[in-house]
Amino acid sequence: MQIAYLFVCLLECSRTRPAEGAVEDGKVEEKKRNHPGSFVDDSPCQDKKCFELTLAQRGRSQAPLGSHIWERMKPTEMTQDGGGVPVGKRLRFQRPYASVPQFTNSPTMIVMVGLPARGKTYISKKLTRYLNWIGVTTKVFNVGQYRRDATRAYNSFEFFKPDNAEAMKIRKACAIAALKDVWEYFTSEQGQVVVFDATNTTPQRRELILSFAKENSYKVFFVESICDDPEIIAENIKQVKLSSPDYIDCDKDEAVADFLKRIECYKLTYVALDDNKDRNLSYIKIFNVGSRYLVNHVQDHIQSRIVYYLMNIHVTPRSIYLCRHGESELNLVGRIGGDSGLSARGAKFASALQTYVRKQSISELKVWTSHMKRTIQTAEALGVAYEQWKALNEIDAGVCEEMSYEEIQENYPEEFALRDQDKYRYRYPKGESYEDLVQRLEPVIMELERQENVLVICHQAVMRCLLAYFLDKSAVELPYLKCPLHTVLKLTPVAYGCKVESVFLNIEAVNTHRDKPENVDVDREPEEALETVPAHI
Amino acid sequence: MRGSCRPRNTRDRAVCMTNCPTLIVTVGLPARGKTYISKKLTRYLNWIGVPTKEFNVGQYRRECVKIYKSFEFFSPDNEEGLKIRRHCAMAALNDVRQYLSVEGGQVAVFDATNTTRERRGAIVKFAEQNGFKVFFVESVCEDPDVIAQNIVQVKLGSPDYIHCDTQEAIEDFMKRIKCYESSYQPLDEVLDRDMPYIKIMDVGRRYLVNRVQDHIQSRIVYYLMNIHITPRSIYLSRHGESDLNIKGRIGGDSALSARGKEYGTCLRKYIQEQNIKDLKVWTSQMKRTIQTAECLGVPYEQWKSLNEIDAGVCEEMMYEEIQEHYPLEFALRDQDKYRYRYPKGESYEDLVQRLEPVIMELERQENVLVICHQAVMRCLLAYFLDKTAVELPYLKCPLHTVLKLTPLAYGCKVESIYLGVDAVNTHRERPENVSVQRSTEAALKTVPAHF
Repeated sequence: MQIAYLFVCLLECSRTRPAEGAVEDGKVEEKKRNHPGSFVDDSPCQDKKCFELTLAQRGRSQAPLGSHIWERMKPTEMTQDGGGVPVGKRLRFQRPYASVPQFTNSPTMIVMVGLPARGKTYISKKLTRYLNWIGVTTKVFNVGQYRRDATRAYNSFEFFKPDNAEAMKIRKACAIAALKDVWEYFTSEQGQVVVFDATNTTPQRRELILSFAKENSYKVFFVESICDDPEIIAENIKQVKLSSPDYIDCDKDEAVADFLKRIECYKLTYVALDDNKDRNLSYIKIFNVGSRYLVNHVQDHIQSRIVYYLMNIHVTPRSIYLCRHGESELNLVGRIGGDSGLSARGAKFASALQTYVRKQSISELKVWTSHMKRTIQTAEALGVAYEQWKALNEIDAGVCEEMSYEEIQENYPEEFALRDQDKYRYRYPKGESYEDLVQRLEPVIMELERQENVLVICHQAVMRCLLAYFLDKSAVELPYLKCPLHTVLKLTPVAYGCKVESVFLNIEAVNTHRDKPENVDVDREPEEALETVPAHI
Repeated sequence: MRGSCRPRNTRDRAVCMTNCPTLIVTVGLPARGKTYISKKLTRYLNWIGVPTKEFNVGQYRRECVKIYKSFEFFSPDNEEGLKIRRHCAMAALNDVRQYLSVEGGQVAVFDATNTTRERRGAIVKFAEQNGFKVFFVESVCEDPDVIAQNIVQVKLGSPDYIHCDTQEAIEDFMKRIKCYESSYQPLDEVLDRDMPYIKIMDVGRRYLVNRVQDHIQSRIVYYLMNIHITPRSIYLSRHGESDLNIKGRIGGDSALSARGKEYGTCLRKYIQEQNIKDLKVWTSQMKRTIQTAECLGVPYEQWKSLNEIDAGVCEEMMYEEIQEHYPLEFALRDQDKYRYRYPKGESYEDLVQRLEPVIMELERQENVLVICHQAVMRCLLAYFLDKTAVELPYLKCPLHTVLKLTPLAYGCKVESIYLGVDAVNTHRERPENVSVQRSTEAALKTVPAHF
C-alpha cells in the first residue's frame, strides 16, 4: 500500500499539466487509503513543498476520501508578471488549502529608507507582524543588529561619521552580510517577503540592493519615512533609543545628545528618493507619521496590500480591550458553537464589564460585537452604542455545531484527531478553519488599526486570532492561546510591541480551553482524545 | 455642525462607514478621467452598500445652455459663460445638499473641473456650512496619447458634439482644454497641506495622498489605487451543471453531471479560440467549479470567497422541501431576497461583503475567467453592470453560458455566449404572492423544472 501511495505521489509531483479532457475519476480512486493519518506526518512525497494533503482539507462536505484531490493547487503556474519562469517550474509557495490565492510569486524585498529615529524599525516590525498573520512568511533583517554583532561595543556617534573609513568598511560589510542572509532566507527557508531595515539613505546603497535583487529576481519596494517634526523625533528617541544596547551604560541626556549627533552624520549624505530620478522604482514615501503619502509604481497585489496597511496605521496612544461574551448557556454544558444566550453568571459579567469600563474612563470608546446573541447581550449591559460585525462571529464548526467534545469524539473520531494534528489549518466539515477565520478577520484588524480606543466583545477562536495578531503569535501557538471567559485583555502599544494587562472581573465561569492532547493519532482511544476536555455540566 | 451619529443599520452593516456625509470633489483639466473615476467610484460604493450619487456639473450646463456652440463658451473672458457655469455649479451643490442632508445619501461625488483655488474654496465653505467632509480627487495627466484616447472614447459621443464630425470635435475640444489651462491651479503640497486629497498622476503610476480622515476615505483611496484602464476582459461563468442542479436542489458540494463535464470541454475550446493573453482562472473551493476548471488544462486559483451562498438549514433542499419545512422563511426570502439571511446561512448582502476582496483583485488584474456559482455571479455581475440591490438577486445567470465583460467608455460591454450544451434552468423568478399566508402553489409557481 505504501508503495502504491509513493508511486501515486511521485506521479503527481512530476505531472506538469493535467491529462487532456475531463475529470480523472481513475486517479481519485487510486488515492483512497486506509490510514488517512499517514499522509500527514510522513508524506512519501520527497518534495515537501509539493503536497501536504490531509483528510481535513476536504472542504465543506463529508465527501469520499478522494475528493481532496480537488483542493490541490496546480503544480505549475506562470509568475504573475511574466518574470520569465517557464511552464513546468513549480509555484514557489504551495499552500493547497489556503482560503485565498497566493499573494506573490516572486520574493519581495521591502527596503526601508530614512534617517535614524524616523520609525523604520517600528514600521518594519509591525509590517512583518501583519504579513505573517495574514499568511505571508516575512522576516525582518535589521542591519543595526549586524553592526552590533560585528563591533564589540558602541563608543559614540563618531562611528557613523562619513569620513570614518574604518567604520564605513564595517558598515558596508554588515549590509552585505545581511543581504546574504536575505538570500538564504528566500532560498532555503522559502520566505516570501523580507524587510530590509536600515537607513539606506544614499543612492549608492540603494543601488547595491537593487543590483542584488535584480541578480536574484527579487522584487523591491522602498518604504521611506520622512519626518522633520522635532517633537516626534524626540519621542522616538525616548521610547526606543534610550533603551537600545548602544546606550546601555549612558545616562539619559548623554544618550540623547549622542544620538542627535548620530542623526547629523547621516544628514550629510542623505539623499531622499527622487520623484524624477527614481520614477521607475516602486516606493511609498511616508511624511510626518502619515499625514501625507507619495506612492509610486505599485507592481502587484502584495505591494498594494502593504501600501493600504501602511496608510492605515498610526502612532496615537490608545488601548484595545479584548474580551469574550459572558458565559453562555451552551458554555455551561460544554457545547461548542451555536447561538445561545447568557447564563446567569454571564449576565453578571456583563454588569461587571460595565463597571470596569466606566472606571477606566476611556476617551471615546468604540464597542464592537459579533452578530451572535451572547456578545450582543453582553454589550447591551454596557449601556453605550455598539456596532455589530458579522466578521466577528465565532468559528463555524460545521457538522459539529452545538456538540460537546464527547459527542464529537463519538460521532467524528477521525475528524477530532485530525483537528488535534493541525488545529490551525483543520477545517470542520461544512465549517471553517482558524486559517479561514484569519482571512475573515483581516478587515477587522485593518479597522482596529485605524481606530483608537476600542472594546471588542467576541468569541474564543476569534479572540485567539486577534490576540495572535497583536502579540505576534505563530500559527502553531494561535489555536491554543488562553482566552478565558470573564477576563478582559487590555492591549497598549508600547515601543515596538504591545503591553498586555489581563483583568479577571471576578465572576466565576466554566473553563472552555482544551489543550492539545498527547495522543493525536487517529487510532487513539476515546479516553486519550478526551483527556484535556475541560469540565462541564 | 452635524451632531451625533447617523442612525445605523445595526442589523448587518459592518462598520458605520461615515458619520458625516462625505463630499468627494474631482479636480482636473478636461479629458483627465474625472467622470470615469466618478462613475466607477460611485458604482463601487453603492455596491458595497454606501449610498452614493454623482453630480456632473457638465450635465447641469447642458440643461442650462440647450445647444453647445463652441469652445468659446469656456473662454476665461466670456462673462456670460462664466455666469452660467457658476450658476450651474451652485445648482449642483444644492442638489448635493438635498441628497446628503435630506435623502439619506452618504457620499456625493461632485464631478467638475474645479481647477481654481477659488472654486474649491467655495465648495469647502459649502461643505463646512452643511457638516459634510470633503475629499478631493485630482487627476493629473500630461500624456498626449492618453488624452487623445479619452477624447475619442467619451468626448466624441458627447451630446456637445452630436452634430460635428470627428476632426471638428477634436479640434474644438483641444481648444476647450486650453481655456482651462491658463487658470488651472493644481492642488499644492504646501498651500493645500491641510486638505484631504488624493492626486492621481499619469493614470495611476503615482499617487499623492494627503490627510485621509476616516474609514470611507481610506477605502476610496485603496480602491482608486487599484483600478487601471488597461484594456482587458473579464469572463464570468458558472460551474458546469452539477448533480444537485439536476435534482433541483440548492447548495451542497456535488460533482458535475455528464452535461456539466461536456460544458467543461466546450469552455476549454471557447477559451482556446478566444486566444486570451495571460488569462488567469479563478474558481471557488467547491468541487463543481474546480472540476470545471480542471477541464481547461491551465493553472487556476481557488478562492474560498467565491463559494456559493450558504443556505444554512436549507442546504441541499429542493424549493418544494423548503416550502414544506420552512414556509415562513421561504416567504420572507421572497419579500427581501437581498437582505434575507438563511437561518445559519448567509444573505446576498453578506455575499457582497465577502466578495469585495475578489472585486478589488479583479480590478487589479487584467484578463480573468471566474468560474463560480449563481448567487456569486449575480453579485459580481451587479458590480460590473451597476445593478441595484433589488435587481441583483434576480439577475439571469444561466448554466453553460459565459458572460464576457469588456470595459468601454464609462461602462461595460456584455457579450453573452451560450456554449450549446443543454442544462437545467436554475432561475427562480420572484413569485407574485410573497405573503407569509400564501398557498403552496402560489409559493412554488416560479420554481424551474427539474427531475
